[in-house]
Amino acid sequence: MITLLDYQAGNLHSLQNAIERLGYTVLCTADPALLRQAEKVIIPGVGHAAPAMAFLKENGLDTVIRELTCPVLGICLGMQLLTEFTEEGQVSGLGVFDVTVKKLSGHLKIPHMGWNSVQYKPSKLFEEIPQEADFYFVHSYAATLGESTLATCEYGASFSVALAKNNFYGVQFHPEKSGKWGQQLLQNFLAL
Amino acid sequence: MLKKRIIPCLDIQGGRVVKGIGFEGLRDMGDPIALAQRYDAEGADELVFLDISATLEERATLSELVRNIAATIQIPFTVGGGIRSVNDAKKLLRSGADKISINSAALERPELITELAAAFGNQCVVVAIDVKTVNGVDCVFSHGGKKATHHEALNWALEAERLGAGEILLTSMNQDGAQTGFAISLTQKISQALSIPVIGSGGAGTVEDFSHLFKETEATGALAAGIFHTEKVAIAAIKNELYTQKIPVRWNPNL
Repeated sequence: MITLLDYQAGNLHSLQNAIERLGYTVLCTADPALLRQAEKVIIPGVGHAAPAMAFLKENGLDTVIRELTCPVLGICLGMQLLTEFTEEGQVSGLGVFDVTVKKLSGHLKIPHMGWNSVQYKPSKLFEEIPQEADFYFVHSYAATLGESTLATCEYGASFSVALAKNNFYGVQFHPEKSGKWGQQLLQNFLAL
Repeated sequence: MLKKRIIPCLDIQGGRVVKGIGFEGLRDMGDPIALAQRYDAEGADELVFLDISATLEERATLSELVRNIAATIQIPFTVGGGIRSVNDAKKLLRSGADKISINSAALERPELITELAAAFGNQCVVVAIDVKTVNGVDCVFSHGGKKATHHEALNWALEAERLGAGEILLTSMNQDGAQTGFAISLTQKISQALSIPVIGSGGAGTVEDFSHLFKETEATGALAAGIFHTEKVAIAAIKNELYTQKIPVRWNPNL
C-alpha cells in the first residue's frame, strides 16, 4: 500500500494512475494516523508553497512527516516543502534537506517548463536510468546545492533536482509525467 | 539542457478528433485515446486537447475523456475549450489535466487568467492566442477564429503574461492548415518580448519547418495537428532533423 498525501487541492490522478500501473495499491489521505502506518509515503507537488505548508501545520502533518521512518518521496513542491526554506511565500520548510528554494532568475523563460537532462550520483533511485536522461519539469523556484543533492540539471545555473537524506527522497521533476524513465524512477522508489 | 518540445494538438468535437483548414471545414481524424497513445509512443513531448464542440451536449463528455487520457499516457497534457471559471478548470485538473488553456474567456474577462493562476499556479495556465495578420496588423481573434477583437497580438500577450499566464500558445490563422511553415516573424516578435514560454502553432508542413522555427525564434515548443494525424510527418523524423541541426531534443534517435 502506497500512501499519497492529499492536500485537498491538486490533481493526484496522474500520480495515482502511474503508481497503479506499476501494480501497487494507492491510498490518498491526509490523516496523520494513516500516514504513521504507511509503508511508503509520496508527497506530491501541486500549488503554492505557503498554503501547502499551512495545510501541513494545521493538520499536524509537519511533525508526522519529519518523524516518518519509511521511505518518503517528495515530488516538485512536495520536495521543496522538505527543504529548510522557500522564497515562494517566504515560508520555512520541514528542514529534512539542507538546502533552500530560490526563485529562478536570469535571462530565462520562466517557468522552467519541459524536458531537461539530469546528472545524478549513484543511487538506488536512479538505477537502470542512463545519465542525462530527460525528465519533465515545470517550476519557477529551484533548490540550491547541498550535501543532500543527489542530482542536478542546468537551466541558467545548476540546481538540485533530486535530494536524498536517510529515508527521505525528493525530486523536482514529475516522474509520473516523464515517460519511460519517470516510470523507472517511481518503480525504483516503490521497490526500496 | 532544456529540450525544444514537439506538441501534437488534438481538436476534439463530440468526443472525436477533427481537423480543418483555416479554422473551417472539419474532417474526422479518429479516436482521441488511440491518437494520444500513438503520439506518446512516438516521442511527443506533450499533448494539447482543444474541445471545439459547439454545444454543451457535445462537451459533456470532456471530463470523462480527460480521465481516460490521464490513465493512458505518461506525458503532460493541456486541455482547452469552453473553460470560463475556476470551477470549470478545477474539474478538468482534478480529472488529470496538467494545464488549462483559455482563449475567448480570457479576452472577455482578463481577470480569469489571474484567478486561475492564483488557484492553481501560473504553470497551469496557458493563454491561447489566435492571430490573423491583416494589412501588417497582428489582430487577435476569439471564438475559434470567428470574431475579430480590438487586441493587437503582442500587447495582448504581454498583458496575459502580466496577469499570470504561465505559457502562451500562439497560433497564426494565416498559416493554420496551409502547411507552408510557421509564422516566423510573428512568433519571434512575441517570443522575444515575453519572459514566459511561447509555443508556435499553425503552418507546419515539413520537418524543416520545425528547425526553422527553433532557429529563427525563441519559441520553446512547436505545435502541429494535421501533419501528425495524417502521418505526413513523423515525430521521430522531426527530432532527427532537429538533432542534425544541433537543436536540443528529447529521445535523440542517434544515441
